[in-house]
Amino acid sequence: MSSDASRLGFYLLLAPILLWLVVLIILPHVGLFVVSISEKIGPREYEIGMGNYAAFFQEPLFWRTFARTAIMSILATALTLILGFPIAYYIAKLTQGRTKTTLFLMCMIPFWVSELVRTFGWMILLRETGVISNGLQALGLVSGPVEFLYNDAAIMVGLVYTSILFMVVPLVTTLDSLDNSLIEAGYDLGGSSTAVMREIVIPHAMPGIVSGCIVVFMLSLGNYLTPILLGGKDSLWFTGMIYTQFITRFNWELGSAFGFLLLILSSLVVFLGLKLSGQSLSETMGRS
Amino acid sequence: MKTAFVSTVVVASALSMTAAQAETLRLLTWGGYAPEEVIAMFEAETGHTVEVTTSNNEEMIAKLRATNGGGFDLAQPSQDRITSAQEEFGIYKPIDMSRVTADQFIPSMLSATAANTTFEGEVFGLPHVWGTSGLVVNTAMAGDVQDYVDLCDAALAGKVSYRLKRPTLIGFAYSMGLDPFAAYGDTAAYQDILDQVEAKLTECKPNVKTYWDGGDEIKNLLRSGEVVASMAWDTGGWQLNADNPDITFVAPEAGALGWIDTFVLPARGRADDAAYDWINFVMRPDVAAMITNTAGNFTAAVGGDAGVSADLKARYQGSFDQAAIDNIKWYPPVPAGLEALEGATLDRINAAN
Repeated sequence: MSSDASRLGFYLLLAPILLWLVVLIILPHVGLFVVSISEKIGPREYEIGMGNYAAFFQEPLFWRTFARTAIMSILATALTLILGFPIAYYIAKLTQGRTKTTLFLMCMIPFWVSELVRTFGWMILLRETGVISNGLQALGLVSGPVEFLYNDAAIMVGLVYTSILFMVVPLVTTLDSLDNSLIEAGYDLGGSSTAVMREIVIPHAMPGIVSGCIVVFMLSLGNYLTPILLGGKDSLWFTGMIYTQFITRFNWELGSAFGFLLLILSSLVVFLGLKLSGQSLSETMGRS
Repeated sequence: MKTAFVSTVVVASALSMTAAQAETLRLLTWGGYAPEEVIAMFEAETGHTVEVTTSNNEEMIAKLRATNGGGFDLAQPSQDRITSAQEEFGIYKPIDMSRVTADQFIPSMLSATAANTTFEGEVFGLPHVWGTSGLVVNTAMAGDVQDYVDLCDAALAGKVSYRLKRPTLIGFAYSMGLDPFAAYGDTAAYQDILDQVEAKLTECKPNVKTYWDGGDEIKNLLRSGEVVASMAWDTGGWQLNADNPDITFVAPEAGALGWIDTFVLPARGRADDAAYDWINFVMRPDVAAMITNTAGNFTAAVGGDAGVSADLKARYQGSFDQAAIDNIKWYPPVPAGLEALEGATLDRINAAN
């Protein structure tokens, strides 16, 4: 009797997460998959086939855009790590008390406004008649207006800025858990700063690095606003392509196939990243 | 006793009548087509309430397709995009002409729209607002731009913007001496035109600063002087002209591209009464003039231009003389499937280096 009650309790507690998974994650993906394998043969006439997936591989534009998006996202992740690690190390190891809280808060403040507002902020800074261009002219460093917007570097700036918090937070958490005495011991044993960093700090922070990288990579890969608003006439982004297929081309079938390919290929990149860094997903997500 | 009963019946029927009449109109339209003061007048006059969602042609069709024509009671896509959407997705229901005050509409526009939106013998669209796409030019800096292909002039390198959408393909085709509308029915001929336009636009790409997406984006680019010549809507040019007399709309030599935004009833709309009330209300000359003053475009309402501000009329006449009006290329209905060809062309232009 009591075991029945506890079992009921277990299922009741499980119900919200199951509902969440089935209704909001699994069912939409099943629907997406069904749409993605239907090929249009005429108005309101469809047949089942893999033609949409074939189209992705046959048309160089599509897979090149995907490769471009993946490579730029990996680059953005690496840049975010390089920028985020010193910040996180400084917050976690070199500050204490109120300074630490203040610095942590300062990292978060930009995220209190929406991504759209932040991106518009960058547009105001970078555009030809914007703050940076006018500032450089006022200082006499350049003779005419300079355009910083509408290129891949602007996208990169936007992506790194948008996602740096998601790198700093897991890094601060893992670095916080590293006992300072271990670092001191490293120095006592005659290790140089680089050796201590390489042998003690980075191995300890690895789960945080990997989980931060996964989150940042996924955010960049799936970002729509930043590449569309900051990018130029050549800056194709895969999510923009999915939007185009769904909305302006009325081609839901191809759009769904793209969506599915994005899911599969991004999972593949994460899997490869985990294998290369020698981490497992459970350890990464469990410890950070 | 009897009077009490009668009065109860009267009160009850009066109540039920207002209940039947007062509906919520969910309107899917363009920015500026449903100004606040017009909504307030309409709500006071009819008792209906209006909920406005602003959108564009593609999103309107995508939204209605997602719900099989539900979620909205009245939509306003352009007249050339109605029959193909109806054929592919069946998202509209026919207009009941007996419920429309037809004499409020300019007869030629009403019949032209009816002809273009007829699918399987039934009319799906009524004309509302019309306007054109052409060139918006800063005449002080790019006074030579008279036609779409002039945007590719090397003197304007990096100072030009247009959309990467179908109007650009069609405008450039006309400017290159081709006739895309005549080739609408002939896929091979149309593909041939698209290929020529693709070559031109790829060659023109170094001139482009960025492909604009929204009306506000192009207005900002022109206002700041970052872009001096663009392909854009007439209203954008006239609005900028109010701030900076150098910037104005120029009707291209090859002809401005004329569009008419319509009223259509989504297939599963629930408030048809309110929808017909709204149509008959906004086509009144006084209300139509209010809409023209906010949206900047003229309407298909008889006498609707009488109450329009003198400034706007002056700008309109400055951009269009009679010859330019006669030269407007009105969009014929887009055959289903044509957009796939255009999409592939646009993708290739976007990817070209």
